[in-house]
Amino acid sequence: MTSLTKAEMAERLNEELGLNKREAKEMVESFFDEIRASLAANEQVKLSGFGNFDLRDKRQRPGRNPKTGEEVPICARRVVTFRPGQKLKDRVEAYAGNRSE
Amino acid sequence: MTKSELIERLIDRHNQLSVKDVELAVKTMLDHMTEALAHGDRIEIRGFGSFSLHYRAPRIGRNPKTGESVPLTAKHVPHFKPGKELREQVNDSMAERPGY
Repeated sequence: MTSLTKAEMAERLNEELGLNKREAKEMVESFFDEIRASLAANEQVKLSGFGNFDLRDKRQRPGRNPKTGEEVPICARRVVTFRPGQKLKDRVEAYAGNRSE
Repeated sequence: MTKSELIERLIDRHNQLSVKDVELAVKTMLDHMTEALAHGDRIEIRGFGSFSLHYRAPRIGRNPKTGESVPLTAKHVPHFKPGKELREQVNDSMAERPGY
């Protein structure tokens, strides 16, 4: 199975849009940087068609060290969750259909 | 932040590019990512996170209105796992901007 990386995304911006290689690389970097910065400022990110990155605050809860059985509290924390948009969900479901054929 | 706000922020950072270029770049990147997942590929962005597909087994669903049983086929759903850097930055923001 192959993975899509920033390098390939930059390559496409270079080939299809004609951004030079440096511009293309910087565009991909800042795209993910801006999304991360928004989430780090506790601001949800909504990319219509693709999906939403939401933030959830979790309260402290009791946990357990699975090895020792010792009780260890899990601290309150903030986490990112991704909710795929309808278009992305539809495209991915279609893939599953093709593969079973 | 919405897609158009993201585009505005990127325009500010890349003032050598035209508005049209930035709009097209964002569309191209999101299409590329959608396409990768639609082909069953993963997306791996260091420091940000990875996207992959999770399998959902076939099951018997129910029409909530009629109570009738409906067979649902197996499918895949997109899944995002935040990377270490994103996870830490978001969690650290809790001290500065409590949500509740």
